[in-house]
Amino acid sequence: MDTPSPEQPPAAVADAATLCRELRALLPPGAVLSSPSELAPYECDGLSAYRQRPLAVVIPRCVEEVQAVLRLCSARGVPVVARGAGTGLSGGALPHAAGVLLVMARFDRILSVDPAACTARVQPGVRNLAISEAAAPHGLYYAPDPSSQIACSIGGNVAENAGGVHCLKYGLTVHNVLAAEILLMNGERLTLGGEGPDSPGYDLLALLCGSEGLLGVIVEVTVRLLARPPCARLLLATFDSPVRAGAAVASIIAAGIVPAGLEMMDGLAIRAAEAFAHAGYPTDAAALLLCELDGTEEECTGQLMRVESLLRAGGATELRVAADEAERLRLWSGRKSAFPAVGRLAPDYYCMDGSIPRSRLGDVLERIAVLSSEYGLPVANVFHAGDGNLHPLILYDAGKPGELQRTEELGEKILAFCVEVGGTITGEHGVGVEKLGAMCLQFGAAELERFHAVKEAFDPAGLLNPGKAVPTLARCAEGRRMHVHGGELPFPGIERF
Amino acid sequence: MHTTLADFIATTAAGEEASEILRKCVHCGFCNATCPTYRLLGDELDGPRGRIYQIKEMLEGAEPAASVLQHLDRCLGCRACETTCPSGVEYGKLLDTGRELAEQRVQRGRWSQLQRRVLRWMFPFPLRIAPWLRLAMRVRPLLPRVLAAHVPPVLTPPGAWPEARHARRMVALAGCVQSVATPATSAAAARVLDRSGISLVTAPAAGCCGALSHHLAAREEGLDFARRNIDAWIPLLEAGAEAVVASASGCGLHLRDYGRLLASDAAYAEKAARVSAAVRDLTEVVPLPAAGASPQRLRVAVHTPCTLQHGQHLGGRVEALLRATGCELLPVADAGTCCGSAGSYSLLQSELSSQLGDARARALQAGAPDVVVTANVGCQLQLAGRCTAPVRHWIEVLDEATRVL
Repeated sequence: MDTPSPEQPPAAVADAATLCRELRALLPPGAVLSSPSELAPYECDGLSAYRQRPLAVVIPRCVEEVQAVLRLCSARGVPVVARGAGTGLSGGALPHAAGVLLVMARFDRILSVDPAACTARVQPGVRNLAISEAAAPHGLYYAPDPSSQIACSIGGNVAENAGGVHCLKYGLTVHNVLAAEILLMNGERLTLGGEGPDSPGYDLLALLCGSEGLLGVIVEVTVRLLARPPCARLLLATFDSPVRAGAAVASIIAAGIVPAGLEMMDGLAIRAAEAFAHAGYPTDAAALLLCELDGTEEECTGQLMRVESLLRAGGATELRVAADEAERLRLWSGRKSAFPAVGRLAPDYYCMDGSIPRSRLGDVLERIAVLSSEYGLPVANVFHAGDGNLHPLILYDAGKPGELQRTEELGEKILAFCVEVGGTITGEHGVGVEKLGAMCLQFGAAELERFHAVKEAFDPAGLLNPGKAVPTLARCAEGRRMHVHGGELPFPGIERF
Repeated sequence: MHTTLADFIATTAAGEEASEILRKCVHCGFCNATCPTYRLLGDELDGPRGRIYQIKEMLEGAEPAASVLQHLDRCLGCRACETTCPSGVEYGKLLDTGRELAEQRVQRGRWSQLQRRVLRWMFPFPLRIAPWLRLAMRVRPLLPRVLAAHVPPVLTPPGAWPEARHARRMVALAGCVQSVATPATSAAAARVLDRSGISLVTAPAAGCCGALSHHLAAREEGLDFARRNIDAWIPLLEAGAEAVVASASGCGLHLRDYGRLLASDAAYAEKAARVSAAVRDLTEVVPLPAAGASPQRLRVAVHTPCTLQHGQHLGGRVEALLRATGCELLPVADAGTCCGSAGSYSLLQSELSSQLGDARARALQAGAPDVVVTANVGCQLQLAGRCTAPVRHWIEVLDEATRVL
């Protein structure tokens, strides 16, 4: 089948019914959804502030079916947005109004676990936690653990380069994926990476991680598994101010200690998480740190003593070490459910994802508090302190007119401050649609042009998840009067808005 | 999640309740991870988050397609999602409202209507079930697997029900299906409680708890069953009975809801609340046996019914009781997952139900147990047809283990 040339912009689909009929001919019954009742629940992912119904939803079961869908859409010039578990927090899987939403949830098989090589080959719809569960009998696990690990799927983890509590020591998704099979928009199948330590040529696998579904559709992933450390100790420390807790984090990192996880929650987040998890958090604390140390028994004990004295010197009001494995897991469960648990505090929340140099934690938290009271919108802070990856959750009520707009404005100000202190606008959630504007703060025209060129190299027609992750130059130009070359923008095929 | 209710429901009690529940949902999708039907079907429409969305659409005034009824029908009502939800969304209550709305707006097919009417006519009444069960047992080998799986090959004889000799009394919910299909349960409960100084009595006028009708969106019919039971039990409670004891966790969960369901019925609200407050699951009233007394060290796999663990939050109690008698408890994978029985679900959604039942049976038998135990008649029947090990109510095992004391 012909792929439209790059010069041709995606042709508007005249007839949704025709497309659905063609899709139904390619797929088994029940795999194509097109009625308004069926499309509505697919109109958003984990970021429900942004909603858009697609033309159709397809739920294939095998690679051949995905290929058939991609070839058809390619030929018809129909955009395709891939989606896994739909837990993303930046709107990366927000459907395209004139496009097909390609749901990969039925690719849920763990193909093999190789305990000798410490790898697992899985389909993209496999849940993050399910990989660790399958590896557990061999004493192995998959290290990146986003808080949504119970539900989020590995395909989305790769697409968004997901992080998690334990990424401080063990790296992001990109550091734990060995190979991936992807389909290009024209249906062509590519193998990226491999099990060897290095492969010649460009590292396209690293490029794939965090590409937000713009380059290809992931149909298989090989991940690295790690041996469970023989010992893991979790320390809980409370503080009477988030700023002081932030300073304590900086002191641990400065001492050259790399904890397996180093997390922080402020008072609001502590109380919400405690209400769900009954983890035993002190609900009167202004901030708490969870610091996990792992390794051999000796390593743990030694590090624990050093961290304890650093925290005490930093003004910790209470220090507690989880007495047993059950308490350790309970303390983590509170942290991992903190985002949705905040749903108890307000009808809606807006989750931010900035990252900053760890030495500036205190300053940024202070600035957030000032902005929060300026806007009259409470902000709960839950974040990967050790990485300097902030997750301010702005609490709002979408039912109140104008409140979402004010929330977005506040969010953008927080991110702008992150960039100002030398940080970035996203730590692990991706850009999606949510942070397109903020991308203009982060990058100049030269970088953005290269991003678009990479997209063109993989998807010349610009049909895969168009309009996400990388803002158009025009958008940025509007935002900050960026110079546009002679009134002519490069990459005329890219959607403008 | 922000919701703007449509005029038809905005000012009603059901509308206000639904709106409150929806406000808590932040659309994170954690619930899908533990939803049995989402895990089988991989379709957002067949998971809690998508069902909530479909219900929200109806509440906001969208006209539901027939598909909405189908996706709500496929929900087991196991409420594993509630246990998983960090935001505290009361999905079960929202589902009730959603089902009622869908039932009003979508014309159900004739066959589906007929099936439901037959179920409601037969299952709440022991006298109507009994002859059919006897017949089904006789022709069991000839029945299609879907039906045969629900028919016990033999009935365990109930044994003697001790005389009411103690001053301490509790009222047993005799129930409907349980009294016919697994009569050993209530009798064993009576013997165990008798040995700990409590006489278990029944009220002849009481009957089905009403859950079956309620979950088939026949709300009023369900409430009539509730009123009948309340009338039968209030005199016993007034005469000093300490509790209404349910040995089937599904029924017990529904009894606990009488107060809420009848809150707007002036004549019954207070009495209903009183009965609900007196309801106890059998696991709550059986004291921990003193010492390990199991005649042989039984290897037991426990299937905790969803209505016990997700509905009544009483998971772990069966295990504790059996461990105290000396039984060895085997680990069971995915122990939070529904067996697919879910009341009438096993008959109305037999294909999904079978897949779930088979998966549960495999998980329960992985450790080669001597016996599989559960705490609800529906689960017991669902698993009995699929396990090679005997499947019993836990109280029977406890009864035998403590009898020698």
